[in-house]
Amino acid sequence: MAARFSPPSIYRPPAASLRFVPVYLRNLLVWRKLATASLLGNVADPLITLVAFGYGMGQLLREVQGVPYIVFLAGGAVCMSTAMAASFEALYSAFSRMHVQRTWESILNAPLELDDVIVAEWLWAATKSAFSGVAILLVIFALGVSREPTLLLVVPLILLAGLTFSAIGLCFNALARGYDFFTYYFTLVLTPMTFLSGVYYPVDRFPDWLAAIAAFLPLTAAVELVRPLVLGRLPEHVWPQLALLFGYAAAAFWTALVLTRRRFVA
Amino acid sequence: MSDSPSVPGVPGVSDDVVLRVDGLIKAFGGVRAVDGVSFCVRRGECFGLLGPNGAGKSTTLKLMLGLVAPESGSVELLGHRVPEEALSARRKVGVVPQADALDPDFTVGENLRVFGRYFGLPRAEVEQRMESLLEFAGLAQRRDARIHELSGGMKRRLTLARALVNDPEVLFLDEPTTGLDPQARHLIWDRLRRLLARGKTIVLTTHFMEEAERLCGRLAILDHGRLIAQDSPRGLIAKEIEPQVVEASADSVDAWARRVLELQAARRVEIVGDTAFAYCDDSRQAVALAEAWPGMRYLQRSANLEDVFLKLTGRELRD
Repeated sequence: MAARFSPPSIYRPPAASLRFVPVYLRNLLVWRKLATASLLGNVADPLITLVAFGYGMGQLLREVQGVPYIVFLAGGAVCMSTAMAASFEALYSAFSRMHVQRTWESILNAPLELDDVIVAEWLWAATKSAFSGVAILLVIFALGVSREPTLLLVVPLILLAGLTFSAIGLCFNALARGYDFFTYYFTLVLTPMTFLSGVYYPVDRFPDWLAAIAAFLPLTAAVELVRPLVLGRLPEHVWPQLALLFGYAAAAFWTALVLTRRRFVA
Repeated sequence: MSDSPSVPGVPGVSDDVVLRVDGLIKAFGGVRAVDGVSFCVRRGECFGLLGPNGAGKSTTLKLMLGLVAPESGSVELLGHRVPEEALSARRKVGVVPQADALDPDFTVGENLRVFGRYFGLPRAEVEQRMESLLEFAGLAQRRDARIHELSGGMKRRLTLARALVNDPEVLFLDEPTTGLDPQARHLIWDRLRRLLARGKTIVLTTHFMEEAERLCGRLAILDHGRLIAQDSPRGLIAKEIEPQVVEASADSVDAWARRVLELQAARRVEIVGDTAFAYCDDSRQAVALAEAWPGMRYLQRSANLEDVFLKLTGRELRD
Protein backbone atom coordinates (compact mmCIF):
# COMPACT_ATOMS: atom_id res chain seq x y z
CA MET A 1 0.00 0.00 0.00
CA ALA A 2 2.88 2.34 0.79
CA ALA A 3 3.41 3.89 -2.60
CA ARG A 4 6.53 5.72 -3.65
CA PHE A 5 5.62 9.14 -4.90
CA SER A 6 8.09 11.13 -6.94
CA PRO A 7 7.42 14.81 -6.41
CA PRO A 8 7.19 16.95 -9.55
CA SER A 9 10.46 18.53 -10.60
CA ILE A 10 11.03 22.11 -9.46
CA TYR A 11 12.13 22.82 -13.05
CA ARG A 12 8.73 22.07 -14.55
CA PRO A 13 6.90 24.83 -16.50
CA PRO A 14 4.41 26.98 -14.56
CA ALA A 15 0.95 25.60 -13.85
CA ALA A 16 -1.38 27.14 -16.42
CA SER A 17 -4.47 28.14 -14.48
CA LEU A 18 -6.67 31.10 -13.62
CA ARG A 19 -6.36 30.28 -9.93
CA PHE A 20 -3.97 33.23 -9.60
CA VAL A 21 -6.84 35.70 -10.10
CA PRO A 22 -8.09 35.89 -6.47
CA VAL A 23 -4.50 36.40 -5.26
CA TYR A 24 -4.01 39.21 -7.79
CA LEU A 25 -7.32 40.73 -6.67
CA ARG A 26 -6.19 40.53 -3.06
CA ASN A 27 -3.17 42.72 -3.86
CA LEU A 28 -5.30 45.07 -5.93
CA LEU A 29 -7.74 45.45 -3.01
CA VAL A 30 -4.91 46.36 -0.62
CA TRP A 31 -3.55 48.85 -3.16
CA ARG A 32 -6.98 50.46 -3.58
CA LYS A 33 -7.08 51.14 0.14
CA LEU A 34 -3.77 52.96 -0.01
CA ALA A 35 -4.07 54.19 -3.59
CA THR A 36 -3.83 57.92 -2.93
CA ALA A 37 -0.56 57.69 -1.04
CA SER A 38 0.77 55.15 -3.48
CA LEU A 39 -0.06 57.14 -6.60
CA LEU A 40 1.32 60.28 -5.03
CA GLY A 41 4.62 58.46 -4.54
CA ASN A 42 4.44 57.09 -8.08
CA VAL A 43 4.13 60.58 -9.49
CA ALA A 44 6.16 62.64 -7.04
CA ASP A 45 9.40 60.70 -7.29
CA PRO A 46 9.84 60.73 -11.07
CA LEU A 47 8.37 64.22 -11.26
CA ILE A 48 11.09 65.50 -8.97
CA THR A 49 13.74 63.66 -10.98
CA LEU A 50 12.39 64.97 -14.23
CA VAL A 51 11.91 68.55 -13.14
CA ALA A 52 15.01 68.89 -10.96
CA PHE A 53 17.33 67.02 -13.31
CA GLY A 54 15.66 68.11 -16.49
CA TYR A 55 15.56 71.81 -15.75
CA GLY A 56 18.64 71.87 -13.53
CA MET A 57 20.91 69.99 -15.92
CA GLY A 58 19.08 71.66 -18.77
CA GLN A 59 20.70 74.91 -17.70
CA LEU A 60 24.10 73.38 -18.34
CA LEU A 61 23.30 71.17 -21.29
CA ARG A 62 21.14 73.14 -23.64
CA GLU A 63 20.68 70.25 -26.02
CA VAL A 64 21.39 66.53 -26.04
CA GLN A 65 21.12 64.69 -29.36
CA GLY A 66 19.40 67.71 -30.82
CA VAL A 67 16.63 68.05 -28.22
CA PRO A 68 16.36 69.93 -24.90
CA TYR A 69 17.79 67.81 -22.03
CA ILE A 70 14.43 67.37 -20.32
CA VAL A 71 12.97 65.92 -23.50
CA PHE A 72 15.95 63.58 -23.81
CA LEU A 73 15.58 62.56 -20.16
CA ALA A 74 11.81 61.93 -20.34
CA GLY A 75 12.01 58.55 -22.10
CA GLY A 76 14.69 57.31 -19.70
CA ALA A 77 12.70 58.52 -16.72
CA VAL A 78 9.66 56.51 -17.84
CA CYS A 79 11.76 53.34 -18.03
CA MET A 80 13.61 53.93 -14.79
CA SER A 81 10.46 54.68 -12.88
CA THR A 82 8.84 51.50 -14.22
CA ALA A 83 11.86 49.39 -13.32
CA MET A 84 12.07 50.89 -9.82
CA ALA A 85 8.38 50.41 -9.08
CA ALA A 86 8.46 46.79 -10.31
CA SER A 87 11.51 46.06 -8.19
CA PHE A 88 10.09 47.59 -5.03
CA GLU A 89 6.89 45.59 -5.37
CA ALA A 90 8.59 42.30 -6.25
CA LEU A 91 11.18 42.69 -3.51
CA TYR A 92 9.96 44.54 -0.42
CA SER A 93 6.21 44.08 -0.80
CA ALA A 94 6.28 40.48 -2.02
CA PHE A 95 8.78 39.60 0.69
CA SER A 96 6.44 41.04 3.33
CA ARG A 97 3.64 38.89 2.04
CA MET A 98 5.80 35.80 1.63
CA HIS A 99 7.91 35.93 4.76
CA VAL A 100 6.83 38.55 7.27
CA GLN A 101 3.04 38.46 7.17
CA ARG A 102 2.94 34.84 6.00
CA THR A 103 0.14 35.76 3.62
CA TRP A 104 1.38 33.19 1.12
CA GLU A 105 1.27 30.50 3.78
CA SER A 106 -2.41 31.03 4.47
CA ILE A 107 -3.16 31.26 0.75
CA LEU A 108 -1.44 27.90 0.25
CA ASN A 109 -3.78 26.29 2.79
CA ALA A 110 -6.59 27.08 0.37
CA PRO A 111 -6.91 25.12 -2.89
CA LEU A 112 -4.13 27.08 -4.63
CA GLU A 113 -0.58 26.22 -5.61
CA LEU A 114 2.65 28.10 -5.09
CA ASP A 115 2.79 28.69 -8.86
CA ASP A 116 -0.55 30.51 -8.70
CA VAL A 117 0.82 32.82 -6.01
CA ILE A 118 4.01 33.54 -7.97
CA VAL A 119 2.08 34.26 -11.18
CA ALA A 120 -0.19 36.61 -9.22
CA GLU A 121 2.75 38.41 -7.63
CA TRP A 122 4.47 38.74 -11.00
CA LEU A 123 1.45 40.20 -12.78
CA TRP A 124 0.64 42.40 -9.81
CA ALA A 125 4.15 43.88 -9.58
CA ALA A 126 4.03 44.52 -13.33
CA THR A 127 0.63 46.20 -12.96
CA LYS A 128 1.86 48.41 -10.18
CA SER A 129 4.95 49.40 -12.14
CA ALA A 130 2.70 50.21 -15.09
CA PHE A 131 0.76 52.62 -12.85
CA SER A 132 4.10 54.31 -12.17
CA GLY A 133 5.25 54.35 -15.78
CA VAL A 134 1.93 55.66 -17.06
CA ALA A 135 1.85 58.29 -14.30
CA ILE A 136 5.18 59.69 -15.43
CA LEU A 137 4.00 59.53 -19.03
CA LEU A 138 1.01 61.69 -18.03
CA VAL A 139 3.36 64.10 -16.29
CA ILE A 140 5.41 64.33 -19.49
CA PHE A 141 2.25 65.06 -21.43
CA ALA A 142 0.89 67.53 -18.86
CA LEU A 143 4.16 69.49 -18.68
CA GLY A 144 4.24 69.58 -22.43
CA VAL A 145 7.62 67.84 -22.53
CA SER A 146 6.19 65.70 -25.30
CA ARG A 147 2.74 65.49 -26.82
CA GLU A 148 3.60 63.14 -29.67
CA PRO A 149 0.91 60.58 -30.64
CA THR A 150 3.67 57.94 -30.47
CA LEU A 151 3.47 58.31 -26.66
CA LEU A 152 0.59 55.84 -26.81
CA LEU A 153 2.96 53.14 -28.07
CA VAL A 154 4.98 53.60 -24.89
CA VAL A 155 2.19 52.07 -22.78
CA PRO A 156 2.62 48.44 -23.94
CA LEU A 157 6.39 48.85 -23.60
CA ILE A 158 5.91 49.97 -19.99
CA LEU A 159 3.97 46.77 -19.39
CA LEU A 160 6.68 44.65 -20.95
CA ALA A 161 9.42 46.38 -18.98
CA GLY A 162 7.28 45.97 -15.84
CA LEU A 163 6.99 42.22 -16.45
CA THR A 164 10.74 41.96 -17.01
CA PHE A 165 11.80 43.81 -13.88
CA SER A 166 9.10 42.18 -11.73
CA ALA A 167 10.35 38.75 -12.74
CA ILE A 168 13.97 39.71 -12.01
CA GLY A 169 12.85 41.09 -8.64
CA LEU A 170 11.05 37.86 -7.76
CA CYS A 171 14.27 35.91 -8.32
CA PHE A 172 15.97 37.96 -5.65
CA ASN A 173 12.90 37.74 -3.44
CA ALA A 174 13.15 33.95 -3.54
CA LEU A 175 16.76 34.14 -2.32
CA ALA A 176 16.26 36.78 0.40
CA ARG A 177 16.58 36.04 4.10
CA GLY A 178 15.73 39.57 5.13
CA TYR A 179 15.08 43.06 3.78
CA ASP A 180 18.79 43.94 3.96
CA PHE A 181 19.46 41.66 1.04
CA PHE A 182 17.50 43.96 -1.27
CA THR A 183 19.89 46.84 -0.63
CA TYR A 184 22.48 44.84 -2.56
CA TYR A 185 20.12 44.44 -5.46
CA PHE A 186 19.45 48.15 -5.64
CA THR A 187 23.03 49.34 -5.13
CA LEU A 188 24.85 46.62 -7.04
CA VAL A 189 22.39 45.83 -9.83
CA LEU A 190 19.75 48.42 -10.45
CA THR A 191 21.64 51.64 -9.82
CA PRO A 192 24.64 50.71 -12.01
CA MET A 193 22.18 49.55 -14.65
CA THR A 194 20.50 52.95 -14.78
CA PHE A 195 23.87 54.58 -15.39
CA LEU A 196 24.77 52.10 -18.13
CA SER A 197 21.42 52.11 -19.88
CA GLY A 198 21.33 55.64 -21.17
CA VAL A 199 18.67 56.89 -18.80
CA TYR A 200 20.53 60.10 -17.97
CA TYR A 201 22.95 60.53 -20.87
CA PRO A 202 23.66 58.99 -24.27
CA VAL A 203 25.80 55.89 -24.02
CA ASP A 204 27.09 55.84 -27.58
CA ARG A 205 30.51 57.14 -26.49
CA PHE A 206 31.19 54.25 -24.05
CA PRO A 207 34.36 52.23 -24.69
CA ASP A 208 33.58 49.07 -26.67
CA TRP A 209 33.68 46.62 -23.76
CA LEU A 210 31.30 48.75 -21.71
CA ALA A 211 29.03 49.33 -24.67
CA ALA A 212 28.89 45.55 -25.17
CA ILE A 213 27.72 45.04 -21.59
CA ALA A 214 25.27 47.92 -21.81
CA ALA A 215 23.77 46.53 -25.02
CA PHE A 216 22.61 43.41 -23.21
CA LEU A 217 20.94 45.11 -20.27
CA PRO A 218 17.13 44.98 -20.20
CA LEU A 219 16.92 48.63 -19.18
CA THR A 220 18.98 49.61 -22.23
CA ALA A 221 16.50 47.80 -24.46
CA ALA A 222 13.58 49.58 -22.80
CA VAL A 223 15.24 53.00 -23.10
CA GLU A 224 16.19 52.38 -26.77
CA LEU A 225 12.55 51.60 -27.53
CA VAL A 226 10.85 54.27 -25.43
CA ARG A 227 13.06 57.32 -26.05
CA PRO A 228 12.41 57.61 -29.82
CA LEU A 229 8.67 57.24 -29.19
CA VAL A 230 8.74 60.13 -26.73
CA LEU A 231 10.58 62.14 -29.38
CA GLY A 232 7.88 61.27 -31.91
CA ARG A 233 9.91 58.78 -33.93
CA LEU A 234 9.75 55.02 -34.33
CA PRO A 235 12.69 53.14 -32.79
CA GLU A 236 15.32 51.75 -35.17
CA HIS A 237 16.00 48.22 -33.96
CA VAL A 238 12.58 47.23 -32.70
CA TRP A 239 12.76 43.42 -32.92
CA PRO A 240 16.13 42.76 -31.27
CA GLN A 241 15.21 45.04 -28.38
CA LEU A 242 11.77 43.49 -27.97
CA ALA A 243 13.32 40.01 -28.14
CA LEU A 244 15.80 40.98 -25.45
CA LEU A 245 13.04 42.21 -23.12
CA PHE A 246 10.83 39.17 -23.76
CA GLY A 247 13.82 36.90 -23.28
CA TYR A 248 14.73 38.49 -19.95
CA ALA A 249 11.10 38.39 -18.79
CA ALA A 250 10.62 34.71 -19.66
CA ALA A 251 13.99 33.54 -18.34
CA ALA A 252 13.69 35.56 -15.13
CA PHE A 253 10.13 34.41 -14.47
CA TRP A 254 11.07 30.78 -14.89
CA THR A 255 14.11 31.28 -12.65
CA ALA A 256 11.90 32.95 -10.04
CA LEU A 257 9.52 29.96 -10.18
CA VAL A 258 12.32 27.46 -9.70
CA LEU A 259 13.97 29.40 -6.88
CA THR A 260 10.71 30.00 -5.04
CA ARG A 261 9.65 26.36 -5.38
CA ARG A 262 13.03 25.35 -4.01
CA ARG A 263 12.56 27.72 -1.09
CA PHE A 264 9.14 26.29 -0.26
CA VAL A 265 10.07 22.62 -0.62
CA ALA A 266 12.64 22.84 2.15
CA MET B 1 1.87 0.89 21.48
CA SER B 2 -0.16 -0.17 18.49
CA ASP B 3 0.10 0.34 14.78
CA SER B 4 -3.41 -0.78 13.95
CA PRO B 5 -5.68 2.24 14.22
CA SER B 6 -8.54 0.83 16.22
CA VAL B 7 -11.22 3.25 17.30
CA PRO B 8 -12.83 2.60 20.64
CA GLY B 9 -16.59 3.06 20.72
CA VAL B 10 -16.69 6.84 20.61
CA PRO B 11 -20.21 8.18 20.12
CA GLY B 12 -20.68 10.31 17.02
CA VAL B 13 -17.69 8.77 15.26
CA SER B 14 -18.58 6.66 12.26
CA ASP B 15 -16.56 3.98 10.52
CA ASP B 16 -16.05 6.34 7.61
CA VAL B 17 -12.31 7.03 7.35
CA VAL B 18 -11.69 10.61 6.21
CA LEU B 19 -7.92 10.61 6.55
CA ARG B 20 -5.58 7.69 6.04
CA VAL B 21 -1.85 8.19 6.58
CA ASP B 22 0.35 5.24 5.76
CA GLY B 23 4.09 4.84 6.25
CA LEU B 24 4.96 8.50 5.74
CA ILE B 25 8.63 9.36 5.54
CA LYS B 26 10.02 12.87 5.04
CA ALA B 27 13.62 13.90 5.52
CA PHE B 28 15.20 17.34 5.52
CA GLY B 29 18.92 17.38 4.85
CA GLY B 30 19.30 13.68 5.65
CA VAL B 31 17.41 13.89 8.96
CA ARG B 32 14.06 12.14 9.04
CA ALA B 33 11.55 14.65 10.40
CA VAL B 34 8.76 12.13 9.85
CA ASP B 35 9.77 8.50 10.00
CA GLY B 36 7.17 5.92 9.08
CA VAL B 37 4.01 7.45 10.52
CA SER B 38 0.67 5.66 10.00
CA PHE B 39 -2.78 6.41 11.39
CA CYS B 40 -6.43 6.86 10.40
CA VAL B 41 -8.95 9.50 11.34
CA ARG B 42 -12.66 8.76 11.20
CA ARG B 43 -15.45 11.16 10.41
CA GLY B 44 -16.61 13.16 13.42
CA GLU B 45 -13.70 12.44 15.71
CA CYS B 46 -11.13 14.77 17.20
CA PHE B 47 -7.69 13.32 16.62
CA GLY B 48 -4.65 14.78 18.34
CA LEU B 49 -1.01 14.66 17.31
CA LEU B 50 0.93 15.12 20.49
CA GLY B 51 4.65 15.57 20.71
CA PRO B 52 7.51 17.71 22.03
CA ASN B 53 8.94 20.52 19.90
CA GLY B 54 10.61 19.16 16.81
CA ALA B 55 8.82 15.81 17.02
CA GLY B 56 7.52 16.16 13.46
CA LYS B 57 3.97 17.35 14.17
CA SER B 58 4.00 20.34 11.83
CA THR B 59 5.74 18.42 9.05
CA THR B 60 3.14 15.65 9.36
CA LEU B 61 0.47 18.33 9.07
CA LYS B 62 2.07 19.75 5.92
CA LEU B 63 2.30 16.26 4.43
CA MET B 64 -1.38 15.64 5.15
CA LEU B 65 -2.30 18.87 3.35
CA GLY B 66 0.00 18.17 0.42
CA LEU B 67 2.15 21.24 1.05
CA VAL B 68 5.27 19.08 1.00
CA ALA B 69 5.73 15.73 -0.73
CA PRO B 70 6.86 12.68 1.25
CA GLU B 71 9.85 10.55 0.29
CA SER B 72 7.61 7.56 0.65
CA GLY B 73 4.26 6.60 2.10
CA SER B 74 0.78 7.74 1.22
CA VAL B 75 -1.93 10.10 2.39
CA GLU B 76 -5.57 9.87 1.45
CA LEU B 77 -7.69 12.80 2.54
CA LEU B 78 -11.46 12.74 1.93
CA GLY B 79 -10.99 10.20 -0.85
CA HIS B 80 -8.24 12.17 -2.61
CA ARG B 81 -4.65 11.03 -2.95
CA VAL B 82 -2.32 13.65 -1.49
CA PRO B 83 -0.22 15.40 -2.74
CA GLU B 84 -1.35 14.43 -6.27
CA GLU B 85 -4.93 15.58 -5.72
CA ALA B 86 -4.20 17.95 -2.85
CA LEU B 87 -6.15 20.83 -4.40
CA SER B 88 -9.36 18.80 -4.52
CA ALA B 89 -8.79 17.68 -0.93
CA ARG B 90 -8.02 21.19 0.33
CA ARG B 91 -11.25 22.46 -1.20
CA LYS B 92 -13.09 20.53 1.55
CA VAL B 93 -10.66 21.26 4.36
CA GLY B 94 -10.04 24.17 6.73
CA VAL B 95 -6.66 25.02 8.26
CA VAL B 96 -5.79 27.08 11.33
CA PRO B 97 -2.02 27.67 11.07
CA GLN B 98 0.13 28.22 14.10
CA ALA B 99 0.87 31.82 13.18
CA ASP B 100 -2.54 33.31 12.50
CA ALA B 101 -1.25 34.92 9.28
CA LEU B 102 -4.28 37.18 9.03
CA ASP B 103 -4.12 39.92 6.46
CA PRO B 104 -3.14 43.08 8.39
CA ASP B 105 -4.22 45.37 5.55
CA PHE B 106 -7.81 44.18 5.76
CA THR B 107 -10.64 44.43 8.24
CA VAL B 108 -12.11 41.39 9.98
CA GLY B 109 -14.86 41.08 7.36
CA GLU B 110 -12.48 41.60 4.43
CA ASN B 111 -10.24 38.84 5.73
CA LEU B 112 -13.12 36.39 5.42
CA ARG B 113 -14.28 37.76 2.06
CA VAL B 114 -10.82 37.62 0.47
CA PHE B 115 -10.19 34.13 1.82
CA GLY B 116 -13.52 32.93 0.43
CA ARG B 117 -12.33 34.01 -3.02
CA TYR B 118 -9.34 31.66 -2.80
CA PHE B 119 -11.88 28.82 -2.72
CA GLY B 120 -13.69 30.23 -5.72
CA LEU B 121 -16.79 30.74 -3.62
CA PRO B 122 -19.43 33.08 -5.02
CA ARG B 123 -19.42 36.40 -3.20
CA ALA B 124 -23.09 36.07 -2.22
CA GLU B 125 -22.39 32.76 -0.52
CA VAL B 126 -19.52 34.20 1.51
CA GLU B 127 -21.55 37.28 2.47
CA GLN B 128 -24.35 35.02 3.59
CA ARG B 129 -22.05 32.83 5.67
CA MET B 130 -20.08 35.76 7.08
CA GLU B 131 -22.63 36.75 9.69
CA SER B 132 -22.86 33.31 11.26
CA LEU B 133 -19.07 32.91 11.12
CA LEU B 134 -18.52 36.21 12.92
CA GLU B 135 -21.21 35.27 15.41
CA PHE B 136 -19.52 31.93 15.98
CA ALA B 137 -16.15 33.63 16.50
CA GLY B 138 -17.64 36.18 18.89
CA LEU B 139 -16.63 38.96 16.49
CA ALA B 140 -20.04 40.09 15.26
CA GLN B 141 -19.41 43.61 16.58
CA ARG B 142 -15.92 43.72 15.07
CA ARG B 143 -16.67 43.22 11.42
CA ASP B 144 -15.04 46.50 10.43
CA ALA B 145 -12.19 46.37 12.95
CA ARG B 146 -8.59 46.26 11.73
CA ILE B 147 -6.52 43.22 12.65
CA HIS B 148 -4.10 45.14 14.87
CA GLU B 149 -7.04 46.22 17.04
CA LEU B 150 -7.81 42.59 17.96
CA SER B 151 -6.53 40.70 21.01
CA GLY B 152 -4.62 37.44 20.58
CA GLY B 153 -7.74 35.42 21.37
CA MET B 154 -9.83 37.37 18.86
CA LYS B 155 -7.22 36.87 16.17
CA ARG B 156 -7.19 33.14 16.78
CA ARG B 157 -10.99 33.03 16.66
CA LEU B 158 -10.94 34.98 13.40
CA THR B 159 -8.40 32.52 12.01
CA LEU B 160 -10.80 29.75 13.04
CA ALA B 161 -13.70 31.52 11.33
CA ARG B 162 -11.53 32.00 8.22
CA ALA B 163 -10.79 28.26 8.17
CA LEU B 164 -14.56 27.63 8.18
CA VAL B 165 -15.33 29.94 5.26
CA ASN B 166 -15.65 26.99 2.84
CA ASP B 167 -17.73 24.95 5.33
CA PRO B 168 -15.02 22.27 5.49
CA GLU B 169 -15.54 18.63 6.42
CA VAL B 170 -12.19 18.34 8.15
CA LEU B 171 -10.49 21.03 10.18
CA PHE B 172 -6.73 21.00 10.80
CA LEU B 173 -5.37 23.07 13.67
CA ASP B 174 -1.67 23.55 14.41
CA GLU B 175 -1.29 24.22 18.13
CA PRO B 176 -4.60 26.10 18.32
CA THR B 177 -4.19 27.63 21.78
CA THR B 178 -0.45 28.25 22.00
CA GLY B 179 0.17 31.73 23.37
CA LEU B 180 -3.40 32.33 24.55
CA ASP B 181 -4.47 33.12 28.11
CA PRO B 182 -6.76 30.63 29.95
CA GLN B 183 -9.95 32.56 29.16
CA ALA B 184 -9.17 32.72 25.45
CA ARG B 185 -8.09 29.09 25.47
CA HIS B 186 -11.35 27.89 27.03
CA LEU B 187 -13.32 29.86 24.48
CA ILE B 188 -11.45 28.16 21.62
CA TRP B 189 -12.03 24.76 23.20
CA ASP B 190 -15.72 25.53 23.51
CA ARG B 191 -15.90 26.45 19.83
CA LEU B 192 -14.06 23.32 18.78
CA ARG B 193 -16.49 21.20 20.83
CA ARG B 194 -19.37 22.91 19.06
CA LEU B 195 -17.84 22.04 15.71
CA LEU B 196 -17.48 18.41 16.79
CA ALA B 197 -21.13 18.43 17.85
CA ARG B 198 -21.98 19.57 14.31
CA GLY B 199 -20.21 16.52 12.93
CA LYS B 200 -16.96 18.15 11.80
CA THR B 201 -13.78 16.12 11.98
CA ILE B 202 -10.86 17.78 13.76
CA VAL B 203 -7.16 16.99 13.51
CA LEU B 204 -4.98 19.05 15.81
CA THR B 205 -1.39 19.17 16.91
CA THR B 206 -0.61 20.21 20.44
CA HIS B 207 1.87 19.90 23.25
CA PHE B 208 -0.74 20.82 25.86
CA MET B 209 -1.80 17.65 27.65
CA GLU B 210 -4.83 19.39 29.05
CA GLU B 211 -5.98 20.32 25.58
CA ALA B 212 -5.41 16.81 24.27
CA GLU B 213 -7.17 15.24 27.25
CA ARG B 214 -10.19 17.54 26.98
CA LEU B 215 -10.76 17.57 23.26
CA CYS B 216 -9.33 14.50 21.63
CA GLY B 217 -11.13 11.21 21.35
CA ARG B 218 -7.91 9.67 20.15
CA LEU B 219 -4.29 10.66 20.31
CA ALA B 220 -1.07 9.72 18.63
CA ILE B 221 2.16 10.56 20.40
CA LEU B 222 5.00 11.51 18.07
CA ASP B 223 8.64 11.66 19.03
CA HIS B 224 11.68 12.02 16.76
CA GLY B 225 9.36 11.62 13.77
CA ARG B 226 8.01 8.29 14.96
CA LEU B 227 4.57 7.46 16.22
CA ILE B 228 5.23 5.84 19.58
CA ALA B 229 1.71 5.37 20.98
CA GLN B 230 -1.85 5.71 19.83
CA ASP B 231 -5.11 5.40 21.78
CA SER B 232 -7.78 7.37 23.62
CA PRO B 233 -6.38 9.59 26.41
CA ARG B 234 -7.82 7.26 29.04
CA GLY B 235 -6.63 4.21 27.14
CA LEU B 236 -3.09 5.61 27.02
CA ILE B 237 -3.10 6.29 30.75
CA ALA B 238 -4.45 2.83 31.53
CA LYS B 239 -2.07 1.08 29.16
CA GLU B 240 1.13 3.03 29.50
CA ILE B 241 1.42 4.06 33.10
CA GLU B 242 0.79 3.13 36.74
CA PRO B 243 -2.47 4.65 38.00
CA GLN B 244 -1.14 6.68 40.92
CA VAL B 245 1.66 9.15 41.42
CA VAL B 246 3.34 10.52 44.51
CA GLU B 247 5.38 13.66 43.92
CA ALA B 248 7.76 14.17 46.80
CA SER B 249 10.40 16.81 47.35
CA ALA B 250 13.07 17.18 49.98
CA ASP B 251 16.87 17.54 50.08
CA SER B 252 17.16 13.84 50.88
CA VAL B 253 14.72 12.76 48.19
CA ASP B 254 17.22 10.25 46.74
CA ALA B 255 17.23 8.27 49.97
CA TRP B 256 13.45 8.35 50.07
CA ALA B 257 13.26 7.09 46.53
CA ARG B 258 15.64 4.20 47.30
CA ARG B 259 13.55 3.26 50.32
CA VAL B 260 10.33 3.36 48.29
CA LEU B 261 11.81 1.02 45.70
CA GLU B 262 13.27 -1.33 48.35
CA LEU B 263 9.85 -1.72 49.89
CA GLN B 264 8.26 -2.06 46.42
CA ALA B 265 5.96 0.80 47.35
CA ALA B 266 6.29 2.07 43.75
CA ARG B 267 7.01 0.43 40.40
CA ARG B 268 9.22 3.24 39.15
CA VAL B 269 10.66 6.44 40.54
CA GLU B 270 11.89 9.34 38.40
CA ILE B 271 13.95 12.05 40.00
CA VAL B 272 14.12 15.58 38.61
CA GLY B 273 16.24 17.93 40.75
CA ASP B 274 15.05 17.45 44.32
CA THR B 275 11.63 16.10 43.33
CA ALA B 276 10.83 12.42 42.96
CA PHE B 277 7.90 11.06 40.98
CA ALA B 278 6.88 7.66 42.35
CA TYR B 279 4.56 5.72 40.04
CA CYS B 280 2.50 3.22 42.02
CA ASP B 281 -0.35 0.75 41.59
CA ASP B 282 -1.34 1.66 45.15
CA SER B 283 0.17 4.80 46.61
CA ARG B 284 -0.68 4.26 50.29
CA GLN B 285 2.71 2.92 51.35
CA ALA B 286 4.64 5.61 49.49
CA VAL B 287 2.44 8.29 51.03
CA ALA B 288 3.01 6.86 54.51
CA LEU B 289 6.76 6.91 53.91
CA ALA B 290 6.64 10.51 52.71
CA GLU B 291 4.46 11.51 55.68
CA ALA B 292 7.03 10.13 58.11
CA TRP B 293 10.06 11.54 56.24
CA PRO B 294 11.51 14.64 57.92
CA GLY B 295 11.21 17.85 55.86
CA MET B 296 9.32 16.12 53.04
CA ARG B 297 6.63 17.92 51.02
CA TYR B 298 4.50 15.60 48.92
CA LEU B 299 1.43 15.37 46.74
CA GLN B 300 -0.57 12.30 45.85
CA ARG B 301 -2.56 12.27 42.59
CA SER B 302 -3.87 10.10 39.78
CA ALA B 303 -1.64 9.57 36.79
CA ASN B 304 -2.48 11.80 33.84
CA LEU B 305 -1.60 12.18 30.21
CA GLU B 306 1.42 14.30 31.03
CA ASP B 307 2.91 11.38 32.96
CA VAL B 308 2.39 9.16 29.93
CA PHE B 309 3.91 11.78 27.67
CA LEU B 310 6.97 12.26 29.87
CA LYS B 311 7.42 8.52 30.29
CA LEU B 312 7.33 7.96 26.53
CA THR B 313 9.28 11.00 25.35
CA GLY B 314 11.63 11.51 28.30
CA ARG B 315 12.22 14.52 30.47
CA GLU B 316 15.11 16.18 28.70
CA LEU B 317 14.51 19.64 27.28
CA ARG B 318 13.61 20.05 23.60
CA ASP B 319 14.47 23.36 22.05
